[in-house]
Amino acid sequence: MDYSCSRYELKCNECGKRFGNQPLSACPDCLAPLEIAYDLEAARGVFTRESVTAGPANIWRYAALLPIPDGFQPDLPVGFTPLVRAKNLGRRIGATNLYIKNDAVCFPTLSFKDRVVSVALANAQKFGFEIVGCSSTGNLANSVAAQCARLGLKSCILVPSDLEPAKILNTLVYGARLVRIEGNYDHVNRLCSQIAEEYNWGFVNVNLRPYYAEGSKTVGYEIAEQLGWRLPDNVVVPMAGGSLIRKIRKAFSELVYLGLVEDKLVRFFGAQATGCSPISVAVKTGADFIEPQRPNTIARSLAIGNPADGPAAAKMVRASGGWAEDVSDVEIVSGIQELAETEGIFTETAGGVTTAVTARLYADGRISPDEITVTCITGNGLKTTDALTGYYQQGRAVRPRLADFDAYLRELDGIAEHELTAAGGN
Amino acid sequence: MSIKVMLPTAFTRHTDGRKQFDSVAENLPGLLADIDHTFPALSTQIKDEDGKLRRFINIYVNEEDIRFLGGESYSFQDGDEVMLIPSIAGGSL
Repeated sequence: MDYSCSRYELKCNECGKRFGNQPLSACPDCLAPLEIAYDLEAARGVFTRESVTAGPANIWRYAALLPIPDGFQPDLPVGFTPLVRAKNLGRRIGATNLYIKNDAVCFPTLSFKDRVVSVALANAQKFGFEIVGCSSTGNLANSVAAQCARLGLKSCILVPSDLEPAKILNTLVYGARLVRIEGNYDHVNRLCSQIAEEYNWGFVNVNLRPYYAEGSKTVGYEIAEQLGWRLPDNVVVPMAGGSLIRKIRKAFSELVYLGLVEDKLVRFFGAQATGCSPISVAVKTGADFIEPQRPNTIARSLAIGNPADGPAAAKMVRASGGWAEDVSDVEIVSGIQELAETEGIFTETAGGVTTAVTARLYADGRISPDEITVTCITGNGLKTTDALTGYYQQGRAVRPRLADFDAYLRELDGIAEHELTAAGGN
Repeated sequence: MSIKVMLPTAFTRHTDGRKQFDSVAENLPGLLADIDHTFPALSTQIKDEDGKLRRFINIYVNEEDIRFLGGESYSFQDGDEVMLIPSIAGGSL
């Protein structure tokens, strides 16, 4: 169950050993997480601005720098989501050069996870797995279920039992087998590592993880390309396991190495919920280890209390000159509302985290207003509507008469004026 | 008093294929000393050059990360199931 490929292979970043291509996530010798190493020289002259631009409008335009087996025929048009200038949000938080990378509209399941799953499944098929599984906080479950259905693979998905109902429904609808586990994500993840040993299943974020994680690089490629082949000054990225933020940096480094963009110091800023902030704490205290936490936050998709990539992420953030921040559940909801009200983008709780952290970074002067800053929104608000329960009243129904409508509007405005008066406004 | 220690497959090449064994260790340092003695090759794999447990290994006692129980100061209880497991990156954010 392995394959050879001259373009890339597994490598241990700790001891440097190489392992070809096989379903393996940790170095058998020093137990460190494995990553994919590329023959970048082979990509020189092949991976160019022109070759990328001539490719399809999805992540497969970057296939030359992804661990995709030779002969793989891309199926779904994943990724290449909008990078939008956020002038309105910028005005509100004091930013003049702010962009939103909007993976709330990623195809096919409305989250950034579609990128990583598509790369993982290409390898799952190559390795010959018939059943693919994952441990998930929701978005990953949705994406594995949908893409497995499309590819004719069976899927078995394990989730924490307290997961949002919408994310469970959005998994089951694709015909996936879903198992709710009593415990938090860390419990689920540990069980999956045991299952992966005993069953001959491909787990996208366990034994296929090195391949899966590489899909994250496409966020970085897209940001650089959509900025007109240049790097931003700052990137604000949500952190759960701590992988995405490092992969965006890896993408930027590859683009610099291959001459597609000019080298530039990019500062990386990590965003977490205070109720699960092990990496943010490590960045703030300068620790080179992660103190695990028991997650307690509405941002369940970021609720990983014991992130294996955490130490590397904390180190990278600090080395870049960046910082990490964490925000409360109340701020998370405000972040969701602000992004929706200003830019018309409805994000899930993780995006509320990223938006609120972005605002704080400007308020604290850690990011200057005119610097080119990209905030990464990774999921869609339709999946976590329960976070907004009680925040909005739907109002009484009005009879279908113009006079009633007119009276109703005056009633609404009257209430608003009354509230303003009560609050001391005018 | 005795505890049951469970190992992942990746470690069994150093234990003649055994995936679990019993120990009378009273705490984590005691267990590591036991492993030093019983499975010296495994000991080399799970510790770094300084003799410390590698940071990519997590230890669970009855489903709970030992760090939540007090780490090295936690006293094993009779019948505890202790699991050594390489930490795997979860999620991908």
